[in-house]
Amino acid sequence: MNIKKDFPIFKNNEKLIFLDSASTSQRPNPVIYAIEDFYKNYNANIHRGLYKLSVEASELYEEARKKIANFIRSEYEEIIFTHGATESLNIIANCLSENLNEGDSILLSEMEHHANLVPWQVIAKKKRLNLRFIPVDNEGNLIIDEKLFDNVNIVSVAHVSNALGTLNDIIRIEKLAHKNNALFVLDAAQSIGHLEVDVKKINCDFLAFSGHKMFGPTGIGVLYGKKELLENLEPFLYGGDMIKDVSLNDSEWNDLPWKFEAGTPNISGAIGLGKAVDYLNKTGIDNIKKHEEELTNYLIERLFELRDIKIYNPKERTGIVSFNVNKIHPHDIAELLGKEGICVRAGHHCCMPLMKKLGINGTVRISLSVYNDEKEIDKLIETLKEIIKRFD
Amino acid sequence: MDIYSENIMEHYRDPMNLGKLEDENAYCKDSNPLCGDNIEISLSIRDYKIKNIKHISHGCAINIASSSIVSEKIKDMDIKEVLKLNKDFILNLLGIQLNPIRLKCAMLSLRAIQKATTKYFGDNKNAGS
Repeated sequence: MNIKKDFPIFKNNEKLIFLDSASTSQRPNPVIYAIEDFYKNYNANIHRGLYKLSVEASELYEEARKKIANFIRSEYEEIIFTHGATESLNIIANCLSENLNEGDSILLSEMEHHANLVPWQVIAKKKRLNLRFIPVDNEGNLIIDEKLFDNVNIVSVAHVSNALGTLNDIIRIEKLAHKNNALFVLDAAQSIGHLEVDVKKINCDFLAFSGHKMFGPTGIGVLYGKKELLENLEPFLYGGDMIKDVSLNDSEWNDLPWKFEAGTPNISGAIGLGKAVDYLNKTGIDNIKKHEEELTNYLIERLFELRDIKIYNPKERTGIVSFNVNKIHPHDIAELLGKEGICVRAGHHCCMPLMKKLGINGTVRISLSVYNDEKEIDKLIETLKEIIKRFD
Repeated sequence: MDIYSENIMEHYRDPMNLGKLEDENAYCKDSNPLCGDNIEISLSIRDYKIKNIKHISHGCAINIASSSIVSEKIKDMDIKEVLKLNKDFILNLLGIQLNPIRLKCAMLSLRAIQKATTKYFGDNKNAGS
């Protein structure tokens, strides 16, 4: 795929080899232009002004929502704009906890990102709820035991592990969750933009993702929820735009989705994310998936050339590959790769319980995107070989 | 500048003062949970001086090299002096520039030595030496 040219960062940083897209992706020109275009030509607050500029800004914002709804096959009013997956998960944890009582249970997994763990921990402590965890085996796969789902109220798991690249069996998890009348929350932060995310097919009740990992801007994300469920939840934030009528002692909430969007939102961010969705559609999710699978194959094949390498979950092909080499601390490897312009992530990847379970302090993580190619992998391997030699 | 200078790498590959002292009278175990670096410091304090020091360090090259270099430097140093040491001392000693994240790796050994020393004097308030 010769689409590197769409991403100006590579033109402006010629030697850049960016292998950290799971942390945040780069942005293509149309997304950058859309943000600039908004501020230059349409900047006004939305849903309020009676003048043309505000109407246009509102249309652009709501048009972006439609694009995102189509992208994940949801209804328009089921898309709530947030700051990102973390905020989406915090909102849903807090909103759902309102209907939970002491002794109720939440099922997570041991591989969750802190964003899908800490919010539940906090509400569990506050409301005396039980937290259960789907365990992880030595390779980084979930061990899904039906018994774990007994009398559970909420199940919240990652689609793809940000730390190891594991693609979880969400078909089975969804079935078990709903068989037990639990609500199913899916953290799609690491899968969206890399593989098909269709909320109708998945049949999740809620879904969270960020814009910045799918070529969109930072500071914008989405919380999807089934309409009938969102309608019955109380809002999380209160203020402007989320109300229909306010008197001194009482207020009536706005319709979906605005009920959950208090205050002036990230308008340019939403518009930018809409453009990112256009870009993903134009490139084709299937093409992206194929490219990333092939490149992951090549990466893993070449990584196995290294002596004493431990790759976590080497069977997965989601574009994320986590490894350790010969007791060299991941930070040392990442810092030395960085000196050669090769950007990778090293550490616990916001999954400290998972690292503890695997008995390690962290890993080096390579995460691929459409703009990566085999030449970059070759340079990575060559540099890794030099680093290993230096540490011998 | 390359923080993995030859001096740093030599100390990383073959650290000085590894292990635990038989006549240890001050001890501290410390870690940087964010990166997983950890250290055990074993001190022998006599007459308000660090008479001997050993350490068991795990983690990155900067942490291990720093433990090695610092342990060698503070032998026979007066306790009061040890407690005054700061990041400038470490950076000067290592001869490299570090960003704030890696500075934590470099500071771990000194921090543990100072904790062990402080604890020793807390525990031995009425002791003559």
